[in-house]
Amino acid sequence: MSGRHVAAIVAALLFAGGAAAQEQSIIVQSTTSTANSGLYDYLLPIFKDKTGIQVNVVAVGTGQAIKNAENCDGDVLLVHAKPAEEKFVAAGFGTERTDLMYNDFVIVGPASDPAGVGGMDDVQGALATIADKGALFASRGDDSGTHKKEMALWADSGVDPTAASGQWYRETGSGMGATLNAGIGMGAYVMTDRATWISFANKQDYAIQVQGDADMFNQYGVIPVNPEKCPSVNVEAARAFADWLVSAEGQAAIAGYKVADQQLFFPNAPGN
Amino acid sequence: MRDTLAMTSVPITAPRPAGPILPLAVRDLVLRFGGTTVLDGVSFDLGPAGCTMIMGPNGAGKSLLLKLLHGLIHPTGGGIDWAGRAPAEVTARQALVFQKPVLLRRSVAANIDFVLKARGKTGDRRDALLDHVGLAHKAGQPARLLSGGEAQRLALARALATDPEVLFLDEPTASLDPASVLAIEAIVSAALARGTRIVFVTHDIGQARRMADDVVFLHRGRVAEHSPADLFFPEPQSAAARDYLNGRIVV
Amino acid sequence: MQSLGDAFGLAVALVFSGDADLLEIVVLSLRVSLTATAIACLIGLPLGALVAIGRFPGRNAVLIVMNALMGLPPVVVGLLVYLHLSRSGPLGFLGLLYTPMAMIIAQTILIAPIVAALSRQVLEDLHAEYSEQFRSLCLTRVQTVQALIWDARYSLLTVGLAGFGRAVAEVGAVIIVGGNIDHLTRVMTTAIALETSKGDLALALALGLVLLVIALGVNAAVQSVRMTAARQAYA
Repeated sequence: MSGRHVAAIVAALLFAGGAAAQEQSIIVQSTTSTANSGLYDYLLPIFKDKTGIQVNVVAVGTGQAIKNAENCDGDVLLVHAKPAEEKFVAAGFGTERTDLMYNDFVIVGPASDPAGVGGMDDVQGALATIADKGALFASRGDDSGTHKKEMALWADSGVDPTAASGQWYRETGSGMGATLNAGIGMGAYVMTDRATWISFANKQDYAIQVQGDADMFNQYGVIPVNPEKCPSVNVEAARAFADWLVSAEGQAAIAGYKVADQQLFFPNAPGN
Repeated sequence: MRDTLAMTSVPITAPRPAGPILPLAVRDLVLRFGGTTVLDGVSFDLGPAGCTMIMGPNGAGKSLLLKLLHGLIHPTGGGIDWAGRAPAEVTARQALVFQKPVLLRRSVAANIDFVLKARGKTGDRRDALLDHVGLAHKAGQPARLLSGGEAQRLALARALATDPEVLFLDEPTASLDPASVLAIEAIVSAALARGTRIVFVTHDIGQARRMADDVVFLHRGRVAEHSPADLFFPEPQSAAARDYLNGRIVV
Repeated sequence: MQSLGDAFGLAVALVFSGDADLLEIVVLSLRVSLTATAIACLIGLPLGALVAIGRFPGRNAVLIVMNALMGLPPVVVGLLVYLHLSRSGPLGFLGLLYTPMAMIIAQTILIAPIVAALSRQVLEDLHAEYSEQFRSLCLTRVQTVQALIWDARYSLLTVGLAGFGRAVAEVGAVIIVGGNIDHLTRVMTTAIALETSKGDLALALALGLVLLVIALGVNAAVQSVRMTAARQAYA
C-alpha cells in the first residue's frame, strides 16, 4: 500500500457521505433535561416537515449551553435558568428571551424514604428535614439550570449543604441522567425536573417524594443568538425556529408530547 | 556453472563512474572498543585487481576490518586511502555481503528491485541477476523462506545489482552445504573475471586455496603476513599462519 | 444484574432488526475512527520512523514527550479542539465544530502520539536489523524510512489497531467537539453515554456489546492478514 493509496482512502473516508445535499441547518444549545426527555425527537421532525430546516441539538447543562452560545457555537439557546438567560440577553449575546414552556421540579427518593419527607409539598421544609437527618442527597453540582434552582431552594431553606459536601451532600458534577443513576445507586434523594423523571428508565424503587410547591416551578425560555455578536449565526433559520416554538402551532406540539400518557411540558409562551 | 554464466545473454553490469578507487593503502589502522584494542596498527596495500583473502583466528578483527574499509565504522586511528579517497566517499561504489544475509521481508524479486530502484538503476536487469545466481525460479517467493545457500546467493545478486567496483564478502559460505559453497564461489569468480575487486574473509582454508590471489593474515590485531597465494599456502612466512594452516588453535 | 441478560437479548435484537438509526451510528463511528486512524498513521508513522533512525540532541526528551502524550486525556483533547474550532476560537471561521470532521481532528490528535510512539519501537527494532545493510547500500534517510515502514507493515497494522481501538472507544473528546447531535455526530460511544443518562442501561449496554463486536471484527480481520503475512515470513 503506497502513500498514494493511503491518501486516497483517507480522502474517500473524509468525504464519504459529506456530499449529501446542503440543507438549511441550525444548532440549538440546550439542556439535557429537554433532550433526554425525548421532546426534541418529537418536535423536530414536525418542524422540519414544515420548513425543511434541520435542527441539530447539543444537549449540555444550562451553564455550559450558555457559555457555548456566548462562543457563537449555536444559533438558538433553549434553557431553563431565567436570571442567567436575562444576563445573556443583556450582555448582547441574545436578541430577546421569550418564555416557552414550563414543567416542575420534583424530589425523588427511595421507597424507604429515610428522611421521611414523602408527601410533603413544602420544598424548603423537605430540604431542611433531609439536611437535619443527614440523609444522602445527590446534587448535579454542574452549574446547570437544575443546579442553580436547587441552590436557590437550599438558600431559601436556610441550609448550606455545600458545608456537608462529600458527606451526606454529594455533588456529582454530571448531567441529570448521570446524577439520577448515581443517586439511585447510593440511595440518595435527587432533585430533578419532572420530564426527565417521567422518561427516565432506571427508576428502580424510586418514586417522587416531594412535589407541588409553587417554588419548584421550572420555566424554559428560548433565545435566538444575536448576529451582531455572532455573524456566523443562521439568522433566518434561528428566527424561524424560535418563532415556530412560541406560535400556536409550536405550543400545541409541545403540549402534545406525552410519555406514559403524561404531558411533560406545559406551553406558556405569551400571546397564546 | 561457470559455463552457464558465460551464456547469460543480458548484460549484468552497467557503466561505472569515472576515477579509480584502487589501489588501497591501509596505514597503522587502530580500532578500540572501550578498553579492548581490536586492531593495533594494521598496514597493507591492495592492488587494482584480484581476489584478496583475509584470514586469521577468531577475534582477529577480520569482519571489523571489512566494515572499516567499507566505511561503515570509523577507526580510532590510522588511515585508509582508496586512491586518494576516504572510505565513506566510496561506500556506494562497493558492496558488502554479510555472513548472515539481511533480506527484506519481501519476495526474492522485490529484494533485487529495491536495490535497483534505490540506486536509480533500470529494473530490467533483475531477471538477469536472478538467473545469474540460479534463483529465477524463486523470483516470486518470500525471500526469508529461502534456504541458507539460496539466501546468500540472493544477497550476492543484490550486491552485484549495485555494480560494485569492490566486493567485500564476510564469510559468506560459513555453515553452508558444499554445493552452496561452490555455487557462491562460482558467482564470485564470475565477478572477479569481469574485473570486480574481491576482498574475502574466510575461515575455510580450502576455499582460500581455490579463490585467493593473495592473503592478508591477521593475528593479535596486526598483519602477521601478507603474501601471494602461491607463497602463502606452501610456505607461510609467519609462525601464526603456519600454525593456523596446520590446524592448530591460534590465539 | 438483570440488565446484562436484557442487554444481550437487546443487542442481538438490535443487530438483527437492521435498525437504520443503529446502522447510521455504527457507520459514522467507523468512518470517524478509521479516518482518524489513517491520518494519525500518516502523521505518526514518519514521525516515529524519524525518531527511530535518528540520532540527534534531545532525542530522549522527544521520546519521553511522545510516550507521555500516549496518555492524553480525551476530555482535555476535546476541550483544546473545542477552543480552537469554536466560532470564537482561532479556527472558528472553518465552521467545523459539531461536525464529523471535528471529531476526526480530536481523535487524530488523541491517537497520533500512540501511533508515533509504538511505531517508533517497532521501527527501531527493525532498523537494528537492517541498518548496517542499508548503510552499505548508501540509502538516503527517506529511502530508509520508506523501506522500514514497508517491511514493518504488518507489525504497524497492530500499531494502527491500537490507535483505532482508542479512537473508537473514547467518548470524552467526541462528545465535546461533536455535540452528540442525532443523525449528525452521534457515534457509538456518545449514544451509549446518552442512553446511560436516560437511565436506559440495558440499551446502553446493548450498544456497548455491538461496539465490542465491531472491535472484535476489526481485530479479527487484521489478525488474519497478519497470519497470512507470517506464513510468508513477511511479518
